[in-house]
Amino acid sequence: MSANQNPHPGQEVTATSSTSPERFEDPGVPAHKPRLTDTDPQAARRNERIVTIIFAISCLGAIASLVAYFAVRPDGTTEGTRLSTALLGVTMAISLLGIGVGAIHWAKSLMSDHEHVDERHELASPPEVRAVAVQHLADGAEDSGIARRGVLKGAAVSALALFPLTFAVPLISSVGGDWDVSKFRHTIWERNRRLAYDPSGRLIKASDLTVGSVAHVIPEASQEEMRSHEWITEKAKAVVLLVRLNPEDLRSDQSPEGETWSYDGIVAYSKICTHVGCPVALYEQQTHHLLCPCHQSTFDMADGAKVVFGPANRPLPQLPITVDDEGYLMAQDDFAEPVGPSYWERLK
Amino acid sequence: MSTDTSPSSTVEPPTTPAGKAADYLDQRTGVGVAVKEFARKVFPDHWSFMLGEMALFSFVVLLLTGVFLTMFFDPSMALIEYHGAGPESMQGQLMSVAFASTLDLSFEVRGGLLMRQIHHWAALVFMASIVVHMMRVFFTGAFRKPREINWLVGTVLMILGLAAGFSGYSLPDDVLSGNGLRITDGVVKSIPVIGSYTSYFLFGGEFPGEHIIPRLFTVHILLVPALILVLIGVHLFLMVLHKHTQYPGGGRTDKNVVGYPLFPVYIAKMGGNFFIVFGILALMGATMSINNVWNYGPYDPSPVGAGAQPDWYMLFLEGSLRLMPGYATEWVIFGYTLSLNVLIPAVVIPGLLFTFLFVYPFIEARVTGDKREHHVLDRPRNVPARTGLGVAFLTAFIILALAGSNDLIATHFGMSLNQITWAFRILFFAGPVFAYWVTKRICLGLQRKDRELVLHGHETGRIVRFANGEYIEVHRPLDDQERWLRVNYDAHRPLEIEPATDARGVKRPGYQKDKQWQKLSRFFFEDRVEPVTPAELAAAHAHGEHDEIEAAPRSPELVSGTENADREQ
Amino acid sequence: MKALAARRHHRAAPVVLLLLALLVTGGLYAVLAPSPATAETASTATDVEEGKRLFQANCATCHGPNAEGSPEAPSLVGVGAASVDFQVSTGRMPMQMTGPQAAEKPPQMDPEQTAQLAAYVASLGAGPAIPTDEQVDAALGDSANGALLFRTNCAMCHNAVGAGGALSEGKWAPPLYDVSERNIYQAMLTGPQSMPVFNDANLNPEEKRDIITYLVEQREGSAGGLSLGSLGPVSEGLWAWVVGLGLMIGAAVWIGAKSS
Repeated sequence: MSANQNPHPGQEVTATSSTSPERFEDPGVPAHKPRLTDTDPQAARRNERIVTIIFAISCLGAIASLVAYFAVRPDGTTEGTRLSTALLGVTMAISLLGIGVGAIHWAKSLMSDHEHVDERHELASPPEVRAVAVQHLADGAEDSGIARRGVLKGAAVSALALFPLTFAVPLISSVGGDWDVSKFRHTIWERNRRLAYDPSGRLIKASDLTVGSVAHVIPEASQEEMRSHEWITEKAKAVVLLVRLNPEDLRSDQSPEGETWSYDGIVAYSKICTHVGCPVALYEQQTHHLLCPCHQSTFDMADGAKVVFGPANRPLPQLPITVDDEGYLMAQDDFAEPVGPSYWERLK
Repeated sequence: MSTDTSPSSTVEPPTTPAGKAADYLDQRTGVGVAVKEFARKVFPDHWSFMLGEMALFSFVVLLLTGVFLTMFFDPSMALIEYHGAGPESMQGQLMSVAFASTLDLSFEVRGGLLMRQIHHWAALVFMASIVVHMMRVFFTGAFRKPREINWLVGTVLMILGLAAGFSGYSLPDDVLSGNGLRITDGVVKSIPVIGSYTSYFLFGGEFPGEHIIPRLFTVHILLVPALILVLIGVHLFLMVLHKHTQYPGGGRTDKNVVGYPLFPVYIAKMGGNFFIVFGILALMGATMSINNVWNYGPYDPSPVGAGAQPDWYMLFLEGSLRLMPGYATEWVIFGYTLSLNVLIPAVVIPGLLFTFLFVYPFIEARVTGDKREHHVLDRPRNVPARTGLGVAFLTAFIILALAGSNDLIATHFGMSLNQITWAFRILFFAGPVFAYWVTKRICLGLQRKDRELVLHGHETGRIVRFANGEYIEVHRPLDDQERWLRVNYDAHRPLEIEPATDARGVKRPGYQKDKQWQKLSRFFFEDRVEPVTPAELAAAHAHGEHDEIEAAPRSPELVSGTENADREQ
Repeated sequence: MKALAARRHHRAAPVVLLLLALLVTGGLYAVLAPSPATAETASTATDVEEGKRLFQANCATCHGPNAEGSPEAPSLVGVGAASVDFQVSTGRMPMQMTGPQAAEKPPQMDPEQTAQLAAYVASLGAGPAIPTDEQVDAALGDSANGALLFRTNCAMCHNAVGAGGALSEGKWAPPLYDVSERNIYQAMLTGPQSMPVFNDANLNPEEKRDIITYLVEQREGSAGGLSLGSLGPVSEGLWAWVVGLGLMIGAAVWIGAKSS
């Protein structure tokens, strides 16, 4: 830096703002240019009329809105609701826009457009005021004796620090239900629970599935069971996607023992994405790829549901399946690992 | 003015009804002082000053329509079988009372659907106008002293707007918003140590449970709006206290404010603008359908629709989740799982974006070393680094939002989803850098153009031939106002710091820190274009009116680092 | 009279006239354009013969002279008449060019030729037949059940109301607004291209019809006004910026401008 150019070379950390020795003069507020309405009384009267008419249109809009409300009753069809909504809204908009446009046109064309100048005052309080303020604070502190009475200060601070707990502890202890986060680990799948179509609840025979078909699956449950919050919460973990592949296309199961978790090319994987938990459901039968519509993680159903694209890191957990004596598909067991997104204690 | 209705008996008692009412009020509240202070308060006029008003007025519309909706909405997750006035496809379906009451208020309550649609459009426009307002404040430097605190208040308001929007979006308990909540749950679970417990904290147990809708309802209609109202109060109080900023121009200084009086001009313009904003929202609610929850259906954890996206203001988060590659991003440390594929896009990136907004005014104040109050706005070209950074920030935000819409881009432009994702992954890093560079070059170019205009005037197109046969084009000098606009700015220079050692060779404490700041300051102000000085203008005139701009390889007006003293001869 | 004449010379008059003319032309075309004939179902031995001839001429290059398939194209033995009718009547086959997915285009065969081709392919091996008119009659279905099934089985690719969506690597699930009821049924039954098969065990014929009823109901549009493509929050956000912010900023510029 060429220090000789710096107007304040002695200062510690300096920014130079005015560089030229002399600057241009402020020419001042530009002269007022009269509008047509300022010079021509006829134009002023015309604009007055325009504003009046706009306000009148607004009145008509409000009245039309009431008419529409009482005269056009929606008849329960899509068309009827659409008509009622449109009429009520458009008339409402006319009444509102009328006021807005009228008021602004009034302000622009008829109210004075001479510019005013207000002075600004420095925001900081003057030094003498500051001095008095500081003195007040000092006096107050002195009165209270806070500096001298250390134990009292500690007691007061402790009391203030503790009282929020009387509120926070009851709230927090109840707000999380039973706080039993180990529930993430299990679903209602268990040995011999049969697979059923979602949402009909019909059971699935292995022979029902043709190659290239997909089935969205829930655990078998009664209609009563399925009408409860407990069910919805369980379903949120238990939904499964079932596809049938050509056995020669099936490259691997997740099972360590080989092909014991699938049945004759039929594989079942958790539908809950291992990324952030969306239901992964876009099955492309030609490529055996399963795509999540939320963040586009792509899993290869023929290869242990491994991730082939997108933000997910882990394969989808596989549900081990087999068939019962009647040929219905059923689970061998629960998933071997927690379904859905990762969490801190997942592997504990 | 009827402010002289003081209680002292020397003043004649008012006779008109309005005068009597004013007298009554003033004797009990002293309102006269406020009227004297504010009735003719001056507001500068510019269209971009209405952007904040648009946000405020959409919020008022949100409150009005929101009250209408609460009369009919029932935030209960109890399950019922629906039989009502809603569409045929919803009859007999199992759904929560929240979803059913949303159908009822849309189809049974006359005007209910209109109010719902106005409410939702107003929410989208509320966030959009906040963003545009912030852009205006940022690019014109309206966050500078004394308004830094108000910038912080505004940024918090923007975040609260996100919270209000998100909590409201989830209330109808439909499939789309339910999947949004599920993603939220997944993101929350990824937080180290407390993730699982935070999820329980939100949902009162496992997702989705039966508590989330009532909880969000309280957040949406009480907690967040109350906070927003309080902060809007602070925001407007500070605005009145500071008096409004103004654009540069003749007679506009840091010591005054030039414009029109509140009463009557601004009352009419602001009031009128409220009705225009409300009217436009009503028109949108009347003719454009929004969030047809009966299309998505009541929440069920199994289905999801194509085009599963949040409202636009959350799209950047969605996009950042979509762009993050999952490969090798889940770490297991001592048996505990750390999901960087979720944490980085959903926590770190928004954290960085918001941090930039919060700290920028203080960084800029530090690198300029400027401690003065500023009430005259900057023209964006006159602070190229800031304008470039702002555009780079917006570029990152827009790329993330587009990445959040990549499936729609794929279908509408016939492209591959995977290739788009890869393109955005690269653009997210390259785009902002490129945008910064281009914007800064454009700003410097515009500044040089300004210099040229000031020094040489407008081209008139009039060609004159001299007696000696020389042809010149006549240039018309700028008038005072035009010139003032182009020369009245500060070209900040990089900070200068004291040397590392003093005269006796003793190391100065704090030198390293100063040096860091100086580096940052150089990044901001190394390249700059100084405003024309009267001396330069006089020199240019001495060359004669017809002086053409030299085609020097390196333009002398662009100063790098130090002042280039030997200007054109 | 004078005012009227002045109005006629308004700057925007040519534009308005042009728009009107376009609207009228488009409307007339929509009314007068020939409607597609309905497919015929009866097939005879001559149909099979004729179909074979058509197959050799149009399809054998890829699918092989006896429809046994090739590295480029699958075998058609056992795909059934439903599959052929779907692929050919929507114009997907014969395929124009190889790409991520065969696109819909104007059908290359008339309904009679399509039926003949279908009869030929059906004669090669047993497969799903073309559904009857009753099986695809939207008036007979239950749209509530259809909505439920569509949501679970179809919406993730085709969008909640059938507006279509993206698949991986440039493939897509097409919008269903203009797809005929028969073609919707056939698609579920045969699983064309990326689409999985929904056989009668998974979605029985009544359930398939319920889905058709739901989809036909969506063609009425939205109760709230313009549907904006039914694409969800992204298109809503776009319109909020374009229309909402556009109009409001326009108004703000007017408010801030000096009156002349």
